Amino acid sequence: MTRDIALGQYFPGKSPVHRLDPRVKLVLTIAFIVYIFVANNFWGLGFLALVTLGIMVVSSVPVKMYFKSMKGILFIVLFTSVLNLFYGSGKVLVQIGFMQITDDGIRNAIFIAVRIVCLILFSSILTFTTSPTELTDAMERLMSPLKVLHVKVHEISMMMTIALRFVPTLLEETDKIMAAQKARGADMESGGLMQRIKSLIPVLIPLFVSSFRRAYELAMAMECRCYHGGEGRTKMKVLHMEAMDYAVLVFGGAVLVVILLLNHFVPAVI
Amino acid sequence: MTPILETQELCYTYGVETPFEKKAVQNVSIKIEQGDFIGVIGHTGSGKSTLIQMLNGLIRPTSGKVLLAGKDIWEEPKKIRAVRFRVGMVFQYPEDQLFEETVLKDIQFGPRNMKLTENEIEQRARDAAKFVGLPDELLDKSPFELSGGEKRRVAIAGVIAMDPDVLILDEPTAGLDPAGRDVLLSEIVSYHKIRGNTVLLVSHSMEDVARVADRVLVMNASHMQMFDHTAEVFAHDKELESIGLQVPQVTKIMAELKSRGYPVETCLTVEQAVAQLLPLIKKGGDRV
Repeated sequence: MTRDIALGQYFPGKSPVHRLDPRVKLVLTIAFIVYIFVANNFWGLGFLALVTLGIMVVSSVPVKMYFKSMKGILFIVLFTSVLNLFYGSGKVLVQIGFMQITDDGIRNAIFIAVRIVCLILFSSILTFTTSPTELTDAMERLMSPLKVLHVKVHEISMMMTIALRFVPTLLEETDKIMAAQKARGADMESGGLMQRIKSLIPVLIPLFVSSFRRAYELAMAMECRCYHGGEGRTKMKVLHMEAMDYAVLVFGGAVLVVILLLNHFVPAVI
Repeated sequence: MTPILETQELCYTYGVETPFEKKAVQNVSIKIEQGDFIGVIGHTGSGKSTLIQMLNGLIRPTSGKVLLAGKDIWEEPKKIRAVRFRVGMVFQYPEDQLFEETVLKDIQFGPRNMKLTENEIEQRARDAAKFVGLPDELLDKSPFELSGGEKRRVAIAGVIAMDPDVLILDEPTAGLDPAGRDVLLSEIVSYHKIRGNTVLLVSHSMEDVARVADRVLVMNASHMQMFDHTAEVFAHDKELESIGLQVPQVTKIMAELKSRGYPVETCLTVEQAVAQLLPLIKKGGDRV
């Protein structure tokens, strides 16, 4: 049950996208999410969708995986676009009671749907092609200027690494405990809201107990290996910007220019 | 007589129609009679755990049937809980499932879910605690204060308290010290003798299985390799070794002696071997 979560899963590979510096990927992903909201017409958005599709192809992650990551948020896409369908002025096409669907509304709905889909696809590219360790490493490096302000950058990124590392472990543990309690006749599928919340107690308490035990054991193991935070700590894999990384950054800039030009010359939808 | 548990062409596949599709159990058909003590052995990943979880309806077979006393357990999916009360399941490291404030309350969790009367719940919990050798003064303690072995006992008592017709134990002795293992195993055996119910014991310890099981089910690469009387199964030492399993050391020694011409039979326990070897030694031990 808990195993079908595709969103935020790393998919190992050796494609150019995989080999890119994670910092570049992180920065570009954030930039693209901004671009998606900067683009205010179909040409600009279409161009971004095309770029996204291009990167998806290069990433050599099976298309199936992308579809799977979309499955979870399909409802949100549908919901927002249906909502948008009834907004907007313009020529009235269908009248249902006090609500009306206009040609503007349809355009808005499609526009929003494409926007959200692009958003999800692009962030999926990041998580599919970048391992959690690389990602937190990139974050640590990108946030390192904050050290001046006494922000504990290394500690934050270490916490994130550990948290991400334990997501699958905890899911597995949850499955196991649920099965064990079900075997003792715990009923988790029926009853009202209160009943269901109550039925979670036999799962949550063992889960908490084992999480604390794991945390304690991990802390002990780290102490045994003389871990004492980021001070003076070197990296096994030092991030290096290669020619390719710079080229990709330039490409990211170029995309922005194209979007801005299209915004300027084509009338806005929203 | 109808077997208490029967499987027909049981199959289970994980992640159907995904790239991670994996056949965990294929075409397992077995009949387990009331009162049997069955050992389940197999290499890690051979499908043992999946198989036993299908027996009490925790996972639904992809195809095939599980019959409990002749009735398909998935005939009425809404009543699957009733099946789980009749086929009790103790998971690996069951101490991870404890959650109540006191040991007694935790043992009562199963019976309480069965909606028994308060008296009966109390009675069953105390009986179960006695079966696994938990002293009374522990019952009012928090389960988190107990030692590893005691926690294990509490968890097993929690399942025994439901008084299941079939009790399945997945590696109940894993991670216990040798003395603790022997005690726990003999408690399970005496429970089986007194209640006369059916027990399935999954174990990696061939010695344990050889000592306590009447019949042994061998799983290999998601298939059933053998299902026979314990002595028969362990007589196939070469076949077992070819699928990465061992026979008990003493069985191996006796098989070796037999192959060298000494008049001995297949043995499963040290006691049996001693009984056969002592007269031979006294006689001077001639080969046949």
